[in-house]
Amino acid sequence: MSFPKVRVPYLLLLPGFVFLFTFFILPIINLAQTSTQTPLSGGDTGEYEQTLAFSNYIQAFVENKEQFGRSFLYATLATIFALAIAYPLAYAIAFKSGKYKNILLVLVVAPFFTSFLLRTVAWKQILGEEGFVVPGLRALNIIGEQTTLTSTSVAVVAGMTYNFLPFMTLPLYASLERIDPRTIEAAGDLYANGLTAFRRVTVPLSMPGVVAGTLLTFIPAAGDYVNAAILGSPNTKMIGNVIESRYFKIVDYPTAAALSFTLMVAILILVTLYIRKAGTEELV
Amino acid sequence: MTNESISARGDLRLTRITKSYGDFTAVDDLTLTIPKGSFFALLGPSGCGKTTTLRMVAGLEEPTVGSIHLGDTDITTTRPYQRPINTVFQNYALFPHLTIFENIAFGLRRRGIKDVKEQVDKVLSLVELPHLAERKPTQLSGGQQQRIALARAIVNRPALLLLDEPLGALDLKLRRQMQIELKWIQREVGLTFVHVTHDQEEAMTMADTIAVMNEGKIEQMGSPADLYDNPETAFVANFLGQSNLIKGKIDGNDGDNLVVDLYGQKISMPKKRSHAIDNSLYAGIRPEKFRISRLATPVKGNVLTGGRIEDVSYIGVSTQYVVAMPWGQELMVFEQNDDGVAPFDKGDEVNISWEPTFTFGLRGDEDIEAGTEVNPEEIEAE
Amino acid sequence: MNQKIKDASIPTIPLNARFSRWFGRNLLRIYMVIGFTYLFIPVAYTFAFSFNDSGKSNLIWKGFTLSNWQNPCGAPEVCNALGNSIKIGLLATIFSTILGTMIAFAIGRYKFKGRSSSNLLIFLPMATPEIVLGASLLSLFLVFSINPGFWPTVIAHVVFCISFVVVTVKARIASLDPRLEQAAMDLYANELETFRRVTLPLVAPGIAGAALLAFSLSFDDFIITNFNSGTLITFPKFVYVSAARGIPAQANVIASAMFFLALAIVIAAQLVKRKKTR
Repeated sequence: MSFPKVRVPYLLLLPGFVFLFTFFILPIINLAQTSTQTPLSGGDTGEYEQTLAFSNYIQAFVENKEQFGRSFLYATLATIFALAIAYPLAYAIAFKSGKYKNILLVLVVAPFFTSFLLRTVAWKQILGEEGFVVPGLRALNIIGEQTTLTSTSVAVVAGMTYNFLPFMTLPLYASLERIDPRTIEAAGDLYANGLTAFRRVTVPLSMPGVVAGTLLTFIPAAGDYVNAAILGSPNTKMIGNVIESRYFKIVDYPTAAALSFTLMVAILILVTLYIRKAGTEELV
Repeated sequence: MTNESISARGDLRLTRITKSYGDFTAVDDLTLTIPKGSFFALLGPSGCGKTTTLRMVAGLEEPTVGSIHLGDTDITTTRPYQRPINTVFQNYALFPHLTIFENIAFGLRRRGIKDVKEQVDKVLSLVELPHLAERKPTQLSGGQQQRIALARAIVNRPALLLLDEPLGALDLKLRRQMQIELKWIQREVGLTFVHVTHDQEEAMTMADTIAVMNEGKIEQMGSPADLYDNPETAFVANFLGQSNLIKGKIDGNDGDNLVVDLYGQKISMPKKRSHAIDNSLYAGIRPEKFRISRLATPVKGNVLTGGRIEDVSYIGVSTQYVVAMPWGQELMVFEQNDDGVAPFDKGDEVNISWEPTFTFGLRGDEDIEAGTEVNPEEIEAE
Repeated sequence: MNQKIKDASIPTIPLNARFSRWFGRNLLRIYMVIGFTYLFIPVAYTFAFSFNDSGKSNLIWKGFTLSNWQNPCGAPEVCNALGNSIKIGLLATIFSTILGTMIAFAIGRYKFKGRSSSNLLIFLPMATPEIVLGASLLSLFLVFSINPGFWPTVIAHVVFCISFVVVTVKARIASLDPRLEQAAMDLYANELETFRRVTLPLVAPGIAGAALLAFSLSFDDFIITNFNSGTLITFPKFVYVSAARGIPAQANVIASAMFFLALAIVIAAQLVKRKKTR
């Protein structure tokens, strides 16, 4: 080749990194900038000037701390439920499915080939007043006449759990599948019963998958507003719903930017702490 | 730990064990007793059922039919973690997420032993790797991993230690060294070792007793010397070392000896070394038991005349000759080079002689190729 | 089971031990059935309601009809939205696959200064919530007076697809035996030939997988699209907007068709793979 070898990696990186710098880093910087603007005195709606108003952050946080709390609570719950559902599923596919392994893997991903919005709407209708679940449960006296399943925080968390499940299952499967089954046999040989072998060998060895899966679930869940919008009520609004309405309905860009920036930083801090605690660096 | 099996001690007895997978029978009606304190080898080619047998003893597989006893305790269906049996796995199966110390302490901790440090340190110095306690398995060489796998098993002082091709992944020199060390450690700790291998030399070096397995059955069992000196089947004769098998007919008795006709030439052999069931038999002679002599030289013992040297390979301590016999068979002869350089050349007309007591007799209906086509480097595909 | 040799003298395994293990094994199997049912309920519902003779709003079952399948563009805007989604998806896939594959080769095949910070830059977009990605891009476009619409949406999709492409292709590169490339060079292939004749064909399945992933991520994306598409309607956006007043059954037809198409592609890929490994 005509150019020195040391330059090859940089040349390969160049176009992609120029793109990411322009359309990822720059916007984030711009977002930080916007977040400290104040309305232009005498200007129209949507016109702002740079004033380094960090008070935007305090105001945005104080006004929306309830939604922030809800976002992190719902995302945490959805992550835990997704982990609880996905782990046995991934475990069964990795260790107990024999020659059906590939078919089952396809089946795990298959539901997500249907538009996720349509599936969410489908849940709304299945669990709604006109679906078959609520009348059925009422007829069996399991739930009262007044109880509904949609427009509740339960529905929002359930919807998030469902929608982010493949992001949990696939990394879990990948790391479980890599475990040499002989190490599990060795644990049995060394006086560990099934449960102990699982706890002492399988779980620690699948930790990279657990960490990747929980992150890939938690991050989008914390910023999500679609599930809350479709399955929830005004009482289940998450921070994503607030950001969306600040941008499109109220046209309050600085507050929206401050909220976005806070969300991003909060997630980054949580993620860093989490990775440090879980003690694994093999994420990407 | 729900029952007394964990403290069971004594001989290991397999009684009429069969293990089938669908139509395939991996182990076929096998009965075997392994005495306490012995170093026992299960030797055989890939797919002979030796690893399956080992896994059933370890509790990783369950026999389709049959029972396994350790002393007086039936352990046929006992879970692996309730057996006082530990395994050194083929590729060691060290826990990659734990340090060497924690790998070795694993079994002790599972059995609720609180103070593990002393025992772990002791076994680490036994395998001469005390400085590696805080490393992770991936930071160790193959030979070191092998020793740690051994340490992890013997620290539990099991009634029985199973070794599944433990040296297969090591290079030749390291393998020889580990063979000697394993033998030494077995004497040192006084445990029963059951060693599965396809390497006949390894089995002969280490074991007191060898069971040669083929197609799910035991062909022959005995001390290495017995098996080599007096094989009962063509498979054993060929799988352990090399053999010359010459077709013959029993022609009469001469006291404690049989007179055997080999293509018209009469030889004699001890009656008790014949495993023939009728008149037809194969006379077996190990290549190093033959002597080559010039036609004029008088010789004692059995003689076969009319040989011609076909090929000479000088290999230092000995010379290997291929001698063509009048009936078309080529015999293998190993001669010590105690007289200096090989005295015979290609094309020389020679006689072959040997002591009658070295002859062994196999059934005349045997497949004399059995056990020769085995590739010892093949990996267990069971 | 081989039971023909069973007789009284041969000890057998107690029935209760067998049963407890049978139960242990099948507990997971039962769990799998429940898990897969849960996964497929909304898919089945969506598919079933694509046959609903519903008129405008597809909320209640009114009767079976094939007319939605016969006339998938019957509802206004559905096919228009679908066309936009496909166009955006294809463009985003092409750009993100090219850029992402180049980055993956740089990171996966070379040791260079700044490699770990490159890894971080790839990880960051995945660690950023979609809403932040979408909102920040929108802010940037507004600063430069670029109106949201088709191209801003494509750009936005490339941003979040790149990282997934890099991760997927990098995993494939990492699984390659470097000795294959060394063997090619030993056999007189220069760097470029080695890449074209050995490396690229071996990495190709990874790149194809990454492209499929990118397309499905782009096609199904709502949040980032919502921020950057302005008045342009994509398929997810159409569903979201019409969710309040009722989604026409034609949307179910399209979603179901996409489902079966994707399933067919994946299964075909599996079959090809199986044939090759044989």
